[in-house]
Amino acid sequence: MHPIRKKRLTIILFLLAGLAIAVGLTTYALRQNINLFYDPTQIASGEAPLDARIRAGGMVKQGSVVRSDQDLTVEFEVTDFVSSVTVRYTGILPDLFDEGQGVVAMGRLHPDGVFVADQVLAKHDENYMPPEVSDALEKAEASGARAPAMNQ
Amino acid sequence: MWQFIRQLFHKFGSPKWFYGIASKMMPWLLAIGLILLLAGLVWGLAFAPAERLQGNSYRIIFIHVPSAFLAQSIYIMMAVAAVVTLVWRMKLADLFVRAVAPVGAVLTFLALFTGAVWGKPTWGTWWVWDARLTSMLILLFLYFGVIVLMSAIADEKSSARGVAVLVLVGVVNIPIIKYSVEWWNTLHQPATFKLTEKPSMAPEMWVPLLFAVLGLYLLFGWLACLRMQTEILKRERRTRWVRDLAAAGGN
Repeated sequence: MHPIRKKRLTIILFLLAGLAIAVGLTTYALRQNINLFYDPTQIASGEAPLDARIRAGGMVKQGSVVRSDQDLTVEFEVTDFVSSVTVRYTGILPDLFDEGQGVVAMGRLHPDGVFVADQVLAKHDENYMPPEVSDALEKAEASGARAPAMNQ
Repeated sequence: MWQFIRQLFHKFGSPKWFYGIASKMMPWLLAIGLILLLAGLVWGLAFAPAERLQGNSYRIIFIHVPSAFLAQSIYIMMAVAAVVTLVWRMKLADLFVRAVAPVGAVLTFLALFTGAVWGKPTWGTWWVWDARLTSMLILLFLYFGVIVLMSAIADEKSSARGVAVLVLVGVVNIPIIKYSVEWWNTLHQPATFKLTEKPSMAPEMWVPLLFAVLGLYLLFGWLACLRMQTEILKRERRTRWVRDLAAAGGN
């Protein structure tokens, strides 16, 4: 390679590496702002602010959804399988909302530990399968056979 | 082998040589690309099974994923071309960046738009400022920036260098898009397709998707050749071979 070209290439590589380090450090420093939501463990350990609107995200705990008879209020527990936080929400839930599914709720954490949400979003996981496959998986699981863990 | 790559690389220095090669490849790229893309889309949109939770709304993936793939791949190709522009001062590399930047912008927009349309029924919102969506929006702005800068500088050589520097600076965003769903918690789900693992999607869904992705890649190749040829003719209009070509009726 021509020495001038080699020099240009070296300069470019150095500049790119420097840029990557700068951006990497910046995003690392801002990671809590870039994170879309707090998980229940962070909320339980007091990392989440009490006086601001925040998002809480995790999995809806199996058997935790309690619907009100009077209105659209629903209470459920969001868990990351270490800690969990109770979420109260009044409104229409997205179609994908279900026990065992991921959610991201936006609202305020009240001092009594209940998270009062004004928006609940469903989070889809990376698994895509036709209904027959998931039915077969559930059947296999029910019969005690070892099914691959599709939902974590 | 190395010798062959070097010789091929040096040939790219000649716009005339590229013009001829492109003319030979284009019918194949167009035909195979169209067949694959149409097959993937018809199969995916009409015949693939519905998804267990999302029903039919997941089918937008057959447009969303190919456009998002291409939007990022095109930027990486542009970055490689930018290095070639800066180090070897090769005109064809700059022509490539100019030819494909608008294509990349359109595909990025398409990925964002189809994602929003899918997000409304699935997540319950059109848009959320999570790391994946935001970094993809930044990619769209980078494309806009490149397109604007392309025409902002009149001098061909300094324009080529300016555009190349901008493209290179922006390439830092690509790994951020790719790993955003792993580094931070986002509403967007993590990658379904990984190089090291088998896809977490049923084969009757990912095979048509693969067809659509490959088809779009080939169609992009065709469009890139076509747009580069146009630009070559414009820039070399005073040369002997272009005049001969025009006299022969453009064949």
